[in-house]
Amino acid sequence: MSKTIFEYSTAGRMGVSLPQRELETPLDKLIPKNQQREREARLPEVSELDVMRHYIALSHKNHFIEKGLYPLGSCTMKYNPKVHESLVRHTCFANLHPYQPVETLQGALELLYELQKDLAEISGMAAVTLQPVAGAQGEFTGIKIIEAYHKAKGNTHKTKIIIPDSAHGTNPATCSLVGFDVVELKSNENGRCDIARLKELVDENTAGIMITNPSTLGLFENQIEEIAGIIHSVDALMYMDGANLNALLGIVQPGKIGFDVMHFNLHKTFSTPHGGGGPGSGPVGVVEKLKPFLPIPMVGKNENGYYLDYSHETTSLGKVHSFYGNFAVLVRAYIYIKMLGAKGLRRVSENAILNANYLMKRLSPYFHIQHQEYCMHEFVMDGTKQKKENGVSTLDIAKRLLDKGFHAPTVYFPLIIPEAMMVEPTETESLDSLNAFAEAMIEIAKECQETPELLHEAPLSTPVRRVDDVRAVKVLDPIFVIKE
Amino acid sequence: MPYISNTERDRQLILAEIGAKSFDDLIAAVPDKLRLKEPLKLDEPLSELEISNKIKAKTCQNICAGSANSFLGAGVYDHFIPAAVDTIVSRPEFFTAYTPYQAEISQGTLQFIYEYQTMICELTGMEIANASMYDAASAVAEAILMAVRKNRLTKAILPATLHPEYVKVIKSYTEGVGIELLIAPAKEGKLDIQALEAMLDETIGSVVLQTPNFYGNLEDAKAIDAIVHANPKCLLIACVDPISLAILTPPADYHADIVVGEGQALGNNMFLGGPLFGFFATRLDMARQMPGRIVGGTLDKEGKRAYALTLQAREQHIRRDKATSNICSNQSLCTLAAVVYMSLMGRAGLKEVAIQSTQKAHYAAQQLSALPGFELVFPQAVFFKEFVISTPLPAARIINRMLPRNIYPGLDMAPFGMPNALMIAVTEKKSKAEIDALVKAMQEVVK
Repeated sequence: MSKTIFEYSTAGRMGVSLPQRELETPLDKLIPKNQQREREARLPEVSELDVMRHYIALSHKNHFIEKGLYPLGSCTMKYNPKVHESLVRHTCFANLHPYQPVETLQGALELLYELQKDLAEISGMAAVTLQPVAGAQGEFTGIKIIEAYHKAKGNTHKTKIIIPDSAHGTNPATCSLVGFDVVELKSNENGRCDIARLKELVDENTAGIMITNPSTLGLFENQIEEIAGIIHSVDALMYMDGANLNALLGIVQPGKIGFDVMHFNLHKTFSTPHGGGGPGSGPVGVVEKLKPFLPIPMVGKNENGYYLDYSHETTSLGKVHSFYGNFAVLVRAYIYIKMLGAKGLRRVSENAILNANYLMKRLSPYFHIQHQEYCMHEFVMDGTKQKKENGVSTLDIAKRLLDKGFHAPTVYFPLIIPEAMMVEPTETESLDSLNAFAEAMIEIAKECQETPELLHEAPLSTPVRRVDDVRAVKVLDPIFVIKE
Repeated sequence: MPYISNTERDRQLILAEIGAKSFDDLIAAVPDKLRLKEPLKLDEPLSELEISNKIKAKTCQNICAGSANSFLGAGVYDHFIPAAVDTIVSRPEFFTAYTPYQAEISQGTLQFIYEYQTMICELTGMEIANASMYDAASAVAEAILMAVRKNRLTKAILPATLHPEYVKVIKSYTEGVGIELLIAPAKEGKLDIQALEAMLDETIGSVVLQTPNFYGNLEDAKAIDAIVHANPKCLLIACVDPISLAILTPPADYHADIVVGEGQALGNNMFLGGPLFGFFATRLDMARQMPGRIVGGTLDKEGKRAYALTLQAREQHIRRDKATSNICSNQSLCTLAAVVYMSLMGRAGLKEVAIQSTQKAHYAAQQLSALPGFELVFPQAVFFKEFVISTPLPAARIINRMLPRNIYPGLDMAPFGMPNALMIAVTEKKSKAEIDALVKAMQEVVK
């Protein structure tokens, strides 16, 4: 067990050296006493070495990409190139202020302008905003654009958005946040949209549909043209959740196959680090007719150079972020695209698809797989066989994998597959590491039969044993109690 | 090909194992007419050396910020960041890790978030904090939405002294779900308390207060508390500067119900305004109405102390369209920078940063307002590290004339309704000599 940083505190110790005071005006002369805090904030009093040892000790308790495979479905845990980090951290970018005169920001704005263009080309969209700072905020921006489009057309009756039952939770949550009603569309036996059911659901009140393509089942929605026909026939719009774009680079341009608006997850497809949960970036691309509704500002270019373009302010949905989005994340994605180019990006998707199919093939004798066809960049297997035959749950299997040095797949999602394990190896894994993962899973399948009790106990070799998250809710403990 | 391990031979091995003839077999589900027939129109790929040279030689040449003497603030601040912060956040153990859903192999991330939550509560005086939001703007918006969940009252009052960029974001977040935003006017650079009192009635669900406000001035938080809480249902949302809380009254002391703010100043570089992070804290009795991830302490099966994400039944991956928010991520790595920064600073260090910033800002205000044609716009107000000063020329001209001197004298307030005014931020990083250089340059450029 690690102590918290507060438990290393010793009165009077300091972890930083600050400049001597150059001015001597007492604080009380500048800020009235009654606006000052009476008791000091009890931040820890520790040395720089204390801080380094503590946080490095914590870092050793994490799984991370350089340590081992991270087969989280729909999370695209690919390797994050180190040149991104070095160029972002150790160059001019870190100290830019968002309100600097644009004359002093030309290099940064040029980079953003080019990224807007490159993402538009990759997605086949007419324009891209870089402002949303996460996938969910990209969804929010996209659905706000749909709202703004209908508002501009006087479509006041458009109240509902259709979402397949395999969707990420953010899709319905986003629609609620914007104020739309969510209508769930059941998947058919092939894991695709049930067209007959869709036709029943779509009416004049339909504002749009949100589709993840490929879906969270790792399957390409092959009826997309038909779906687009149905949706567009009532002046509704097609939204694509780009969480799984890693399967489509250079293969399909969503903007050219019927989608009107989509978001990217730069922290997935474009290899910016996940950061233990963020910061991410969720740019949004739109077709021509939706450009007026994009957030302000866009980055524009004219004869004087690059500038922040507010010209569509009257039709824009407004803003979703204080400034221009997660610039430091955008720089990394820019470098990634510039280094891979068209051919490299296509190879990314091809290898992501090859690796996923390879793993599916190797594991299919051992685990049940609902949809028996080639997958795209990920596939869903499940633990129903192990549950039924050995009383071992998917959670047990996931925890056992941790003992073997791997992160678990995404589990219990999508919701429509019982005991689901969604596996996405990504293109950056080698055949050797795919084999190592496959062998670990096969070993676990054997353990399920031979020593199921071992799996209930797992994990055995991690920094802590299985964590009681029910207790975390029942006995809520969100902060450390600092002793004086 | 960079970052792809499979060789042509591996590719053949994989295809053979799968039993497919070619890659195209694998994407048979993609109808041929939907497939892209030509390569994407992107630039030719660059090597690592070429992209490094391009960025260092070209992109960075077109940016003249690094060495500038800058007095820009307005929500994004240039405070000193000790080197140890970057050493920790640069560790792949932290920056390439995923969200800590698998708690057993994510204790590092979970524990630093727990410590971060503790520090935010210590600064604000609140009882529970989440693992962070995207920025202060979205945090205020989410606080308003949370207040509606709590009391079902759909009117919120924003002060005219709230950051205008935040107001734009708040509008995006609230307009579709039937929330009515009312703007309480400002008087002499502060929220007009009498006007606020006149606007308040039992239909108002929340009142937002930003202190220091957009103009850098401290609001009369205690007086606002009294009139807002005269209605027992109405919630007070405070948006605060975390550095200021080393010396200023913690919002819990003026009974703020939800406390949010921009966390960038805590150990994070400015990066053109992103990533930022919004902190979000409240009282325990409202924990279940909170948006975003929360880490809690618990035990493992052997009774050892451990951490896990908690109260997940509020979140989108469980509750879907009934979730408290659509937010999925947090700005985790930014909060790591913050927790390391606050640990290094400690109670004395953060206080020193706040005091020196205050002293230096007041020194700059005093020196500049002594120049002919310059006057503090809000002379009655108490300010922290930022102030507004009127200028004898349009501020845009002053900013322009300072460019060759590599000084950013502050924010042009013209877009915010003050044509001849600059807003000037001074942190502890500015030396007296740099402030004197600004004053001297100001004298010269307005001649």
